[in-house]
Amino acid sequence: MKYLCLVYLEPDKLHAVPDRECASCGQGLRERGVLVAAEALEPIETATTVRVRNGKLLVTDGPFAETKEQLAGFYLVDAHDLNEAIQIASKIPPAREGSVEVRPVRELNP
Amino acid sequence: MNTVTPIQESIAGLYESESRRVLATLIRLLGDFDAAEEALHDAFRAALEQWPRDGVPSNPRAWLVSAGRFKAIDAARRRTRFDALEDMGEKAEPVFIDTAAWADDESVEDDRLRLIFTCCHPALAPDAQVALTLREVCGLTTEEIARAFLTPAPTLAQRIVRAKTKIRDARIPYEVPSRAELPERLEAVLRVIYLVFNEGYSASSGEQVTRHDLSAEAIRLGRLLVELLPEPEAQGLLALMLLHDSRRTARTSPDGDLVLLENQDRSLWNRAQIAEGVPLVEQAFSSGRPGPYAIQAAIAAVHAEAAAATATDWNEIVGLYDLLMRTTPSPIIELNRAVAIAMRDGPEAGLTIVDGLLDRGELRDYRLVHAVRGELCRRLGRTADAQVSFERALKLTRQEPERRLIERRLAEVSK
Repeated sequence: MKYLCLVYLEPDKLHAVPDRECASCGQGLRERGVLVAAEALEPIETATTVRVRNGKLLVTDGPFAETKEQLAGFYLVDAHDLNEAIQIASKIPPAREGSVEVRPVRELNP
Repeated sequence: MNTVTPIQESIAGLYESESRRVLATLIRLLGDFDAAEEALHDAFRAALEQWPRDGVPSNPRAWLVSAGRFKAIDAARRRTRFDALEDMGEKAEPVFIDTAAWADDESVEDDRLRLIFTCCHPALAPDAQVALTLREVCGLTTEEIARAFLTPAPTLAQRIVRAKTKIRDARIPYEVPSRAELPERLEAVLRVIYLVFNEGYSASSGEQVTRHDLSAEAIRLGRLLVELLPEPEAQGLLALMLLHDSRRTARTSPDGDLVLLENQDRSLWNRAQIAEGVPLVEQAFSSGRPGPYAIQAAIAAVHAEAAAATATDWNEIVGLYDLLMRTTPSPIIELNRAVAIAMRDGPEAGLTIVDGLLDRGELRDYRLVHAVRGELCRRLGRTADAQVSFERALKLTRQEPERRLIERRLAEVSK
């Protein structure tokens, strides 16, 4: 089953973990065969929000959420169950600086 | 009127003693809480129909598990067939159920542990862990749990539904944690049990009787856990609950007033619970690394073994609080240690620690720190200081019996 591990960090902690460490974490997960995809994200100031309402495209700057932590990156992993996903998430280096939200992926049911 | 036959009676007794075991195994076999509950009821219904005719099987539990599993497969097949009729293009898929050994005693006891650890999984909300444990492990009804926790039944029911949905959709595994994960996961289980106990023991509000049942339920859970997993902290928690509960009758007067430990009639203490609790403390300590529950239980055991309040070994108690401060330091423990120090070395020594706590800004809004300070000042003859502290404590107290106790003390120093 796939789980998306969303990494959240406060703005001043975005570079608290060296890139080298994150890269080697990703590499380790890839070698174990549990990683589907992982990326780090540019800060929230670079984000753009897209909506379509009544067929009309609406583009805005942001989002500007109230929360202090922002989405800083993600790991899409393939784990046997939530316990394994939690184990993987606990090894993601930014977990010690911010938080990692573990969400099960819903299979589409077309 | 129907008379109850002996077989019906024995089935009812079997429901009492075996239904939780059967449920725990059915959850593993069917991989779903709701399907397992339905299967459990179908199995008992089948027993009521068949046993009077065919006799009670030699292994009733295995029969019930097998019947429940059969009924569930049957129900799933019927559903699949129905869906197939709805959608003629799809072929009905065969239902596959794991047919590994499923009713021997060892795996059944493992199933009960799996159920406990799943209900107390830290990924579930704390109040959901409590509700689910009481519902699935103890077999309390949603209404009973709602009444005991003074929560509307629909709120509680929704809490349970949400937890079950998360177990299914996030795939929380039905397993006993590995050795490496065990300490943290066990801590979560112990926290749930202790919370249930305290909810019944402190009875901060609501009907005393229903809430008392929660303490009894927590002790039952504690016994079950010790039986299935004799870890030192599980033994420590069970001992702690037993030793506290042993004082239940003595800690309130007939008018519902709180009676402090030193004034309690020790002949009212439940000797059977003390006799069960004390050896558990010894077992927990024999592991060489007693945890916070075992140490707190040891403190309760020192009190339990003192024939009179004046015979209390305060030196031993201070030593245990020192140990507790080393394992899990907290301002509340420091406050309790201050009380023990005051009993051993005099009120002045205790007061120094309490004032130190308050100077550091700790526990300022905690009613008991002011009640303790008031009491220590009273003993030192500093009545004006005592009055200020008791008044502060009174403002922060919400529990009725506790409020009356502080009011009595306040009246004494205000004379």
